[in-house]
Amino acid sequence: MGSGSSPTMSSSTTTTLKPDTSIFSHNFIKTLKLKTKQQELLLRVTILTLVYILAFITRLFSVLRYESMIHEFDPYFNYRTTLYLTKNGFYDFWNWFDFESWYPLGRIIGGTLYPGLMVTAAVIYWTLRFLRFAVHIREVCVLTAPFFASNTTLVAYFFGKEIWDSGAGLVAAALIAICPGYISRSVAGSYDNEGVAIFALLLTFYLFVKAVNTGSLAWSLGAAFGYFYMVSAWGGYVFIINLIPLYVLVLLIIGRYSMRLYVAYNCTYIIGMLLAMQIQFVGFQHVQSGEHMAAMGVFFLMQVFYFVGWVKHLLNNAKLFEVFLKITLTSTIGLGGIAFGLGMASGYISPWTGRFYSLLDPTYAKDHIPIIASVSEHQPTAWSSFMFDFHILLFLFPAGLYFCFKRLSDTTIFIVMYGLTSMYFASVMVRLILVATPAVCLISAVAVSATIKNLTSVIRTKSKAIYTGVAKGTASAKASSKDHSPSPVVDRRNLDRPKTFVLEKTLFDQSLPFGRNVAAALLLGALYLLSRYAIHCTWVTSEAYSSPSIVLSARGANGGRVIFDDYREAYFWLRQNTPPDAKVMSWWDYGYQITAMGNRTVIVDNNTWNNTHIATVGRAMSSYEDEAYEIMRSLDVDYVLVVFGGVTGYSSDDINKFLWMVRIGGGVFPVIKEPDYLVNGEYRVDKGAAPKMLNCLMYKLSYYRFGELSTEYGKPPGYDRARGVEIGNKDVKLEHLEEAFTTSNWIVRIYKVKPPNNRW
Amino acid sequence: MVKSTTTTTTTKDAQALLHSLCSAYTATPKNLKIIDLYVIFAIFTALIQVVYMAFVGSFPFNSFLSGVLSCVGTAVLAVCLRIQVNKENKEFKDLPPERAFADFVLCNLVLHLVIMNFLG
Repeated sequence: MGSGSSPTMSSSTTTTLKPDTSIFSHNFIKTLKLKTKQQELLLRVTILTLVYILAFITRLFSVLRYESMIHEFDPYFNYRTTLYLTKNGFYDFWNWFDFESWYPLGRIIGGTLYPGLMVTAAVIYWTLRFLRFAVHIREVCVLTAPFFASNTTLVAYFFGKEIWDSGAGLVAAALIAICPGYISRSVAGSYDNEGVAIFALLLTFYLFVKAVNTGSLAWSLGAAFGYFYMVSAWGGYVFIINLIPLYVLVLLIIGRYSMRLYVAYNCTYIIGMLLAMQIQFVGFQHVQSGEHMAAMGVFFLMQVFYFVGWVKHLLNNAKLFEVFLKITLTSTIGLGGIAFGLGMASGYISPWTGRFYSLLDPTYAKDHIPIIASVSEHQPTAWSSFMFDFHILLFLFPAGLYFCFKRLSDTTIFIVMYGLTSMYFASVMVRLILVATPAVCLISAVAVSATIKNLTSVIRTKSKAIYTGVAKGTASAKASSKDHSPSPVVDRRNLDRPKTFVLEKTLFDQSLPFGRNVAAALLLGALYLLSRYAIHCTWVTSEAYSSPSIVLSARGANGGRVIFDDYREAYFWLRQNTPPDAKVMSWWDYGYQITAMGNRTVIVDNNTWNNTHIATVGRAMSSYEDEAYEIMRSLDVDYVLVVFGGVTGYSSDDINKFLWMVRIGGGVFPVIKEPDYLVNGEYRVDKGAAPKMLNCLMYKLSYYRFGELSTEYGKPPGYDRARGVEIGNKDVKLEHLEEAFTTSNWIVRIYKVKPPNNRW
Repeated sequence: MVKSTTTTTTTKDAQALLHSLCSAYTATPKNLKIIDLYVIFAIFTALIQVVYMAFVGSFPFNSFLSGVLSCVGTAVLAVCLRIQVNKENKEFKDLPPERAFADFVLCNLVLHLVIMNFLG
């Protein structure tokens, strides 16, 4: 065995990876006398290592371009809780009651969050500290998502190997490492639940599939732990707890029931459910909420199935068995129906939640829950974003489905079901593209791997005599593909291909009528497509998904980069210049950031658990100033913070979000009516705007003193660059509030609420 | 008239069914019979708890759940073990009974550690 020399070999591989493979492997055979199998293993390990590193570094654009910081909105809450966890320990974290949010209600943090992410980051932090690496917790938080993305590639490799073969596994790992659909939620700094949750999701599925294939209790236990981690990390675990029973049900219906399935499902379900109940936020939902009932139903169904099968085996008598079947079936169906009916009627089993309904029926949220519909990532997905996030995978996906159907097994059925259901959900909600990404990558990897394998086997059969010539042919193909792509991914993916072909040349498909040249051309085409994919992914990551959204950047007139750091400016102003117990009112989007960075109490934040409270804020923002003043007095508000993009042309500001405030406010307080703010169904802020619009609090706060400012050359003062109009009310007078602070680019404006006037 | 004949046939059928089941079951190996007894005991304990809950109420709900799930989990794991050590199941030919038992013990260990945590 050459195991002793393997460390040196792997280092030499990494350095000599770029040159021609055939020469490279020839050298190996000559010098080190490695067997084919060992060579293959070595290559595989090298490729996986490189993919692992690639997945990490491709997510670092934002760190290089801006600095190591937390992005967006929700990650700030996660960061704040992680900070608390590392400072005060786990028990304090678990029992933490937060006075700084949802004033005056407060929030029980320990019972209303998924702690998986924070605990993961804290464990990494403590480990590094223990190893004497003096890192700051922020660095750990920033790099948690890329680290877990790297781990996901490993899981994808093993999953692909389980579905198809190791070649497909490697392709899957490479595809998922750079797939934009996944990168969108896992760049450095995007410290959010999804970062670790996708890893947990894929791990759970892989372990479950492994358990089904082996029928071993140990793998099922692993799947249960994977599920536990997923439950602790993200609310998307509901997808697992519904997909797996659905899969089992499908297997039962198409007659693929097996003892292995029984062992895998039951062990995973029982232990996974028990483990999941340890998370406070999930609690008893597994036995009480309608979303989890499918799993329980399938659990009982499995018992009945097993029992019936056992009796059938025992009896060996068709007629008697029929009698038995009649008795058991009627009694179980009757009992199950009665139990379920009683549970529903007595209110023990809670009905499905709004989010769940909005998944099944995309129009539901729009009519019933404006707070869900108002979030842009909850909108139905446009075709362009599918193309943007999947690129060629979108075309490879159906091809992969074809291959999976051609080689039907328990595993391929699982991945097909995962792919189809998640694709449906991805088309309902933009953010669920993330859940579909691993499935799409895996299925596409099957397509890529199988196609290329077929093509090369065609080349191989036509030229058995000139064996070495083929290797050179593929090598030249590689070289040409290298010209197209500067990224190393493609090269690596190419590298593993000739390898697997050598080993599995028995698997070729003789029915293919292509000539050798056609096959070579197709191969080149495939490599070209894959290199385009790598280029697209890098471009998307760099352009679209690496902006922190807390620091904005724009191109200046001379082409240079202009940085707007107004958010942090405003939050630090709050931290330095307001009393520590000041209460800040803003729209809920900025709640987490204000508490995390400004360290001040907020009325509402991104944890939208109390719709009435948010509606109250929405009502205040959309009322006239004196009415709003009453509401703000009742909420003890000291400062009001609005985000305004009229000067910089920043379009996701409060004026553009304003209609949602009206809708959410109007949903609870019917005095607020949406038509009052519209003119002929049109939303405008210029002279033709509705009078109520021109005098509501949000308009006044956004445009206070804006009428005096010239924003753009050749335009009148008070020209709003975000909406491209001259504002309608240039003479804004404030009665109960005064301007406290406006950031350098006017993006954040803070107002102080004045105390009541003296009565005499 | 017709009704009574159908009922008599069903009872007859049921009797024949029970009889043949009993006779077939006696041929089962002893170790499987022991596991069966264990499973029946676990299910029985779970049923007792459910009945008790129906009378007394499910107030410390986590205690009730952990009690029942302990029994159900034990039963299910034992059935899994039974499947794996049964020589008639060709799917598990490669799995030695020692390995099956070790897996079983591991799962039970995890199950009951979690239950102890959950008992409250």
